[in-house]
This record gives sequence, structure tokens and C-alpha cells, in this order.
Amino acid sequence: MNRRHLIASVAAMTTISLALPVWAQDDPLKVGFIYVGPVSDGGWTYQHDQGRQAVEAEFGDRVETTYLESVPEGVDAERALTQLALAGNDVIYATSFGYMDAVINVAAKFPDIKFEHNTGYKLADNVGTYDGRFYEGRAVTGTIAGRMTKTNKIGYIATFPIPEVIQGINSAYIHAKKVNPDVEMRVVWAYTWFDPAKEADAANALMAEGVDVILQHTNSTAPLAQLQQQGKIGFGQASDMSSFAPSPRVSSVYNNWGAHYVKSVGRILDGTWKPEAVWGGIGDGIVAIGEITEAVPAEVKAEAEALRDKIAAGEYHPFTGPLNKADGSVWLADGQVASDKDLSGMNFFVEGITAELPQ
Amino acid sequence: MIRLVPRTDSAPLLQVATPVMAVLATMLAGGILFAIMGYDPVAAIRTIFWDPLFGPAAGYSRPQLLVKAAPLILIASGLAVGFRAGIWNIGAEGQYIIGAITGAAVALAAYPAQEMWIFPAMVIAGAVGGWAWGMIPALLRNWFGASEILVSLMLVYVAQRIAAWMAFGPMKNPEGFGMPGSRNLQQYPAASNPELIAGTGAHWGVIAAAAAVLATWFLMSRHIRGFHIRAAGIAPRAARFAGVKPQTLVAFCLGLSGALAGMAGLFEVAGPAGQITDKVGVGYGFTAIIVAFLGRLHPLGTLLAGLLLALTYIGGELAQLTMNLPAATVQVFQGMLLFFLLGFDLLTRFRITRRVTA
Repeated sequence: MNRRHLIASVAAMTTISLALPVWAQDDPLKVGFIYVGPVSDGGWTYQHDQGRQAVEAEFGDRVETTYLESVPEGVDAERALTQLALAGNDVIYATSFGYMDAVINVAAKFPDIKFEHNTGYKLADNVGTYDGRFYEGRAVTGTIAGRMTKTNKIGYIATFPIPEVIQGINSAYIHAKKVNPDVEMRVVWAYTWFDPAKEADAANALMAEGVDVILQHTNSTAPLAQLQQQGKIGFGQASDMSSFAPSPRVSSVYNNWGAHYVKSVGRILDGTWKPEAVWGGIGDGIVAIGEITEAVPAEVKAEAEALRDKIAAGEYHPFTGPLNKADGSVWLADGQVASDKDLSGMNFFVEGITAELPQ
Repeated sequence: MIRLVPRTDSAPLLQVATPVMAVLATMLAGGILFAIMGYDPVAAIRTIFWDPLFGPAAGYSRPQLLVKAAPLILIASGLAVGFRAGIWNIGAEGQYIIGAITGAAVALAAYPAQEMWIFPAMVIAGAVGGWAWGMIPALLRNWFGASEILVSLMLVYVAQRIAAWMAFGPMKNPEGFGMPGSRNLQQYPAASNPELIAGTGAHWGVIAAAAAVLATWFLMSRHIRGFHIRAAGIAPRAARFAGVKPQTLVAFCLGLSGALAGMAGLFEVAGPAGQITDKVGVGYGFTAIIVAFLGRLHPLGTLLAGLLLALTYIGGELAQLTMNLPAATVQVFQGMLLFFLLGFDLLTRFRITRRVTA
């Protein structure tokens, strides 16, 4: 789009905006959400919708929330975001990576509306981002996995070779290895975020190789169902999956977006919101560790909880040197801590992981 | 025992009336569904069918109807030609994806050059990509008698894997922090497919869709090839005596619908979608099948049906926003439309008789 077109369409947008009712100061803050899946998916979108409900519970009449669900990434995203903007929302949370460029485009046309984009990296005057340090959670579940495995083989059902997933695999391996030097990590790339059949296949493939503890990055409960049949263990992902507790689900890493939404909406209400890149972990409440069940020995549970608390307090970073890359080159020197910049572009496994990393 | 007997008195008027009846029946059945779910049925129907055209934000949603309908119409006008001849291309979704990839490949290879030829070359590459993907089922049918229905459908899944491979591999944006997805073509002026006149929604794909409607109308009603297609669909054996070569028709129909689907993919990836991702196919190729049938396999009918389907998408979003109606209702609506259309269709062409068998 050239500049002339942009100016013309901004003018067109403004005309449309003026035609809509103007909200007075004491009207509720209108908060819009755009979801990639249905709110009933029990995973990614469900957790975001729990966050939306947390905002309603916290602020009551001061806010009014709406959402658009099952909006595919791609051709429909920009229109759906524009519809949310035209519906008079004051802030819009876009909850999937693929909405990124659409958010930037729409935000440029609606400078008075605040946008926050989940898991992306593009900021603008009215666009912030937010994401979870899921690798912090993997450090805790990796520790439990390292302690619990009897075959010394732990498995990881990976989604796509993107930095977030690679961070998760590395963090789980590093912390399993710390408590169990003999541990090996097997990785299956499922190339999906949610596909019960494929996830079940992946779990069975891992177990056939002798894996007895599985960490999953995919969002369905299918791997847990397979683990249950074979008497092996795993962890909840995205949501708590507590219906599989106490075993095979011995703990979980789940997304608690409400912690961010409540903080962010609060800042908008008191006028202190700024467009920034929020990357919150266990300490911020965004990444939560589900209850560690009695299937885990008390001393392992205590060890995992101690690690969780140290990470939450900021006393320990899961990526602390000495750490080498899988090719043997030095990544972090002794005591050195990984920078966020390093992590957000992570494209390598740490030394000791022999699995293939598709490039 | 219930039997279907062909009607000999089928009125031409009914051919036009059935889509309208199907829409009305969908509104009625949808209204009952909404009422059961606890929503005001009148308000819901009005929000879906009326507000996008005449509601408070219609200034935005009316042009968006064109944006949403353009790929549907472009794909469906090609499919309708084949369906008339009894050649069933169910894999337009795959041809759409491949067209998007081959078209975008030209842009990504040329990046960051700003030359006039880039966008036209992309359109051609998109059409060629879709055509080539459509020729696979055509050749397999002509050489080995393989069902083009199954082959074209299966190739959709192959195309989806290729798109994922492209998004994570060769076409990954080198400035994208390792995240999947190509460069965004909207931000590459020589390759982008923007709104041509601000506020109209019209991009090159909308113009191409209109051109496709006119061209297929001319083909079907004025050109000898169109006569052959219609003859082959009604009476294949008779058509053969009239000099129609079935193999040529198969290649022509699958190639044409593939090329149009490929162009649709290119216009979307250079415009509304912006980039190649693993989710570049959003189901337009499948929805276009509904559009083609709803439009009675007629070019002008396709145009109207495409706009109607686009209306249900956009109205469905409005209904979510203003009434908290679940998103799945849009899909239920589209499904109902096809169901009622096929149902009424059957009843206008066949008579139900009861016969007692001894």
C-alpha cells in the first residue's frame, strides 16, 4: 500500500469511527479478544478465555469484554481485528502469533485504540506484546522427569522448530540431566499444536523407544491417555489437565494469561499503560506449575518446588552457564546467563541432545 | 419402499427458485436453532444478513464482502465449468495453495527489486502453479483412469505439507527471528496486491474475479468448447459422436479450474494474507464448491453465491461481536445452505413415489 492509499484509507476509517457512538468517560472500558480456536478447545484459547473472565471478575462493571473466536490466521485476521476496532473496543488482545502483521496494520489505522499481541515481536506506538517464559516451567518439569525416569529416556513431543519450543526442549533436558547424568532426550516433531491422533502416535513412538516420561508441547490430552494405558507418566500442557491426575499427569505447565490481562487492563484504567514487550515467567504468574501429585516422591516434589520458587524469586535462571551448543561450541561461560535476545532467536540444541533439529 | 422417479415436468423457473428457497429455509432453520440456543432469532438473522450491508459499520463491511467473495468467485467459476462437464475437481484448495507458493516465490526471489514486471510475473506464476497442480489428476485420469475426485482431494494434503515446508524452510523470513512464515508481501510494494481505490476493497483479485465471471459466461454460452462441455455433462456418449474428445476436456477443465484457483491463491497471499505460512490455505477451495453449486454452476449464479457466502462470514463475525453467538454457527449456516440446496434440487428434478413391492 503506498502512502496516498494509506492516508485515504485512514481518512475513510476516521469517517467510520465518527459514525459510531462516542463513549463517554464513565462508560466501561471495552476490551476485545481475538482467538485462533474455539473457547471450548480446552487448551490455548480456553486459557486465554479464562484470562478474559479473570478481567471481568477483577474489574466488574468497569470493563465490558467481547471476543471473536476461531478466527484463522491469514486472510481473515485483519478484517476481524478491524471489526473489533469498529465495535468500539478500547483495547484489543490478539492471542496468536500469526495475527502479528494484521495487528500492526490495523493499529496504524486506529491510533487511539491499544493493541497487545501475544507471542509476537513487533511493537508500535499503540502496540505492545506479551508472552510467557515457558522454559521456566520446563526446568521444573524437566527436573521431575529426570528424577522419575527408570529407563533414563525421557521424550518430548515438539510442535514446530521455533525458538519457544527449542527453549523448552533445552530447558527440560538441562534440568533433567542435572539431577540424572545418564538421562537421554528423545524428540518427536508432531508439526501441529493440536491434533489428538498425531499426538497419540508421537507418544506411542516415544514409548516404543523405551521412553517412560513424556513432556509435551502440544495441547491435547491424547498423549496422557496413551501414557495412562501403559502406566507411564507425563505433564499437562497449556491447561492444567488435572482430570489425568494424580497419574499419568504428575504436574503441568499451564498458561495463566489472566495474570497479565488483569495487570494490563489495570494500567489502561489508571492511565499508565505503555507499549512494551512483556515476557513474564513464573514470578509474574503468567507461567504456572500445576500441583505436583502424590505419584511423585516427596523429596522430588520438594526439589522441584524449591527450583520453582528460586526461579520465581529471580535467584536462578534456567539458562546459566557453563553450557555448550550441540555442535560442541561454547554458548555460555561458567555463571553467564543467557540474554533475552539470544533466547528469542534460539535455533540450536544444547550439548547432549542428539535429536535432530529441523532447520 | 420409497423410490425417486425423474420428473418430466421440471419447470425452468424452479431452477432459479431453488437457491432462493434454500436461503429462506436456512434462515428459518437457523432461526429455530438460535431460538433453542437462547438467542433472539430475528436479531441474529438480521445481524448476519442485514447489518453487514446496511448496519452502522456497513461502510467498512460492504467493501470487505468483495474482498472475501473474490477468491470464492474466482475459484468457483473455474470449478463450475468442470462440474458442468462431469469433471470433479475437489482439490481447488491444493491448487490455491500451490498458486500462492509459486506466485510468492517469484516475489521472494526478486526481493528487494522494485520493478514493474514483478507483480504480473507473480500472477502468471500463480496461475501456472495452480494449473500444474490441476494437471496431475487430469493426466492420471487420462493415462490410468484414476479418479480425479480422489487424486485432486489427496493432493490438497500434499500441498498443505509443501506450504508448511516452505514456511519453515526455504521461504522463511530471514529477518523473522526464526519464526515460521515468509516475508510479508504487503510490505514489499512491487509485489503487493493492495486496495486499488481506497475504501472500495477492490484489489486485483476482485477485478480478476469479475473478469473470470464474464469469461466463463462467454465460454459456456458462446464458445464451441462450452457447448462441448455442456454436451459431455448431459450425454457423454452422444458428445463423443459429436466429436468431443473426453481427454481434452478433462485436461482443459482441470487445468482451467487449477489456474484460476492458483491465481486466487496468489492474489490472497500478495494481498489480504500477506505471507506464506503453514496456514496459507484457509478453506476457500472447499467453500468454492458450495459457491459453484449454490450458483447453479452458472457464472452469474456463482457471482451471487460468492457474495452470499461472504455475507455469512462477515455477518457471522458481527453476530459474535454483538450477540456472543458462537463462531461454529457460521459453519452450521454454510452447511445448511448446501444441504437445503441439494435437497430442494432433488425434489425439483425427482418425484417421490411409494411402491409396494411384492
